[in-house]
Amino acid sequence: MSILIDKSTKVICQGFTGSQGTLHSEQSMAYGTKMVGGITPGKGGQEHLGLPVFNTVREAVEATGAEASVIYVPAPFAKDGMLEAAAAGIKLIVCITEGVPTLDMLVVKASLDAQGVRLIGPNCPGIITPGECKIGIMPGDIHLPGKVGIVSRSGTLTYEAVKQTTDLGFGQSSCVGIGGDPIPGSNFIDILGMFENDPQTEAIVMVGEIGGTAEEEAAEFIKSNVSKPVVGYIAGVTAPPGKRMGHAGAIIAGGKGTADEKFAALQAAGVHTVKSLADIGKTLQEVTGW
Amino acid sequence: MNLHEYQAKQLFAEYGLPVSQGIAVDTAEEAVAAAKEIGGDKWVIKAQVHAGGRGKAGGVKLVSSDDEIREFANRLVGTNLVTFQTDEKGQPVSKIYVETCTDIERELYLGAVIDRSTQRVTFMASTEGGVEIEKVAEETPEKILRATIDPMTGASPYQGRDIAFQLGLQGKQINQFANVFMGLARLFDECDIALIEINPLVVTADGDIHCLDAKLSIDGNALYRQKSIGKMRDHSQEDERENQASEFNLNYVALEGNIGCMVNGAGLAMGTMDLVKLHGGQPANFLDVGGGATKEAVSEAFKIILSDEGVKAVLINIFGGIVRCDIIAEGIIGAVKDVGVTVPVVVRFEGNNAALGVKTLAESDVDIIAATSLTDAVEQAVKAAGGE
Repeated sequence: MSILIDKSTKVICQGFTGSQGTLHSEQSMAYGTKMVGGITPGKGGQEHLGLPVFNTVREAVEATGAEASVIYVPAPFAKDGMLEAAAAGIKLIVCITEGVPTLDMLVVKASLDAQGVRLIGPNCPGIITPGECKIGIMPGDIHLPGKVGIVSRSGTLTYEAVKQTTDLGFGQSSCVGIGGDPIPGSNFIDILGMFENDPQTEAIVMVGEIGGTAEEEAAEFIKSNVSKPVVGYIAGVTAPPGKRMGHAGAIIAGGKGTADEKFAALQAAGVHTVKSLADIGKTLQEVTGW
Repeated sequence: MNLHEYQAKQLFAEYGLPVSQGIAVDTAEEAVAAAKEIGGDKWVIKAQVHAGGRGKAGGVKLVSSDDEIREFANRLVGTNLVTFQTDEKGQPVSKIYVETCTDIERELYLGAVIDRSTQRVTFMASTEGGVEIEKVAEETPEKILRATIDPMTGASPYQGRDIAFQLGLQGKQINQFANVFMGLARLFDECDIALIEINPLVVTADGDIHCLDAKLSIDGNALYRQKSIGKMRDHSQEDERENQASEFNLNYVALEGNIGCMVNGAGLAMGTMDLVKLHGGQPANFLDVGGGATKEAVSEAFKIILSDEGVKAVLINIFGGIVRCDIIAEGIIGAVKDVGVTVPVVVRFEGNNAALGVKTLAESDVDIIAATSLTDAVEQAVKAAGGE
């Protein structure tokens, strides 16, 4: 078991023939992901990376039975891409694109929620179920099939957590990068709930950062809904207020969204917090007794 | 991206919102001429900077003579205004705004933001105008009235009327307020606004609703489709090094410390700063070189980091995902030579071809400290910078 994706998940790619779509589709296929085709409007009927290219997501779904779509289209077209995927019956959309306007996301999120479509991202590395399916831009070879569920707002911080849990031999059930934007398709709570219900996941690593209150809300959720051990890390203790730290969502605004508040909320919820990102694996080992 | 008050009020006027007649000028003589053109015998004159708290800092004045206008303009234009919202250097004043004077009966607050928890545009109003809204929200949250906009339907006038009645407005003010509310909602939606603040929104002596101040922030990610607003950008109000970095797709934020940081990924960049602090050092900056981390990007990153004279050591932390560490190593070696880096450089590689990257550094003729782990890298950098 795992969450969201496994070796049988049929995946298509929007923005398939572009440079990003090509590079990462190739790597996903090499990892073993069941890619079944891609979409580039106007290039329907062609073949790319040995897979069929379609003009629309609807055609791709009808022809391949795809269940998941990964989006690499440029930010101005991401809203259209997500809405097209949802309308075509895709139930899991992973949007890697960075820089999607926030107002676009308000509409997309409301529409996808109403249709019961799960969105991961945008501005995220994607999802991986090690050894089975990789949807996104993360390096596959640092992962190891195993028992830790990882959820994070940051790409490279996810890789740090992955590497540490791989080096200690624990491995990962699934890793989900929910992205660094202020309006993410899925939040910590969505993914924590899935890890709690996933028998393969025995412990959870949650990596947050400054900005917003998603970590505080996750802490409330963990208190009453998560029985598995959770190790938590928050980036941005040294971030100055009012400055956007790379990610659109990483900003302390009006004195709210500080790392200290988030650490405190997680600690109060029984999460094992680490102040050094180098200690994630070690702490996991201590609290689980593995 | 933030706008000046005069720019925000231009947009307000385009959306039919009641603002004072005003003219933005660059010099004292232009200010005097502007007052004449506006007419009347008293005016409000305001320094245009991207910061609140201008009134308390002496950046806003009620004037009634040419001499007073000249005195104000000559005193402020070309200087920096320091308010409680700026740093100690303050913000440069290059424009001043001359406006008609408004007789105020009552001050209110009206603002709108994107609320991340509800994932909706949320309007906030309060009877406590003219003060810090964060303080009101903290101390007396019941005094903040809210209206949440459904992204599928947009705003509706009843939401504006509802707030108007709760604010204790009466008669013609109800519809005036609802019109302001609807105009702002349309502005928010059509111009990709991230934040609107009218503090204060006033009831004039004539009993009319009037926008006395205006603060607007635009979603930087939407500037590709807000070209005319993009042209309003005032780079002088922004950090020069941050702007220089953004031209090369680097994210840079200056801090107070002495350890320059160059990291790939925003989260890891923050995490690295935090580690420096945790190990007794002080990070000099946040810098995300992005996923690519090419030689060009690394060179630019070095230049920006080293333009801060306080930097005593540079810590490079790269988790090679798709990019290979050995290629980044070559970029670092080239950049160190090109830029002429004279402070110690500590590099930590992890992930894709990390061992080969370390080997490439070791075999090069440049003096770079290759760290064996993340913690080791941070400790070495703190030591090199003269810390503990």
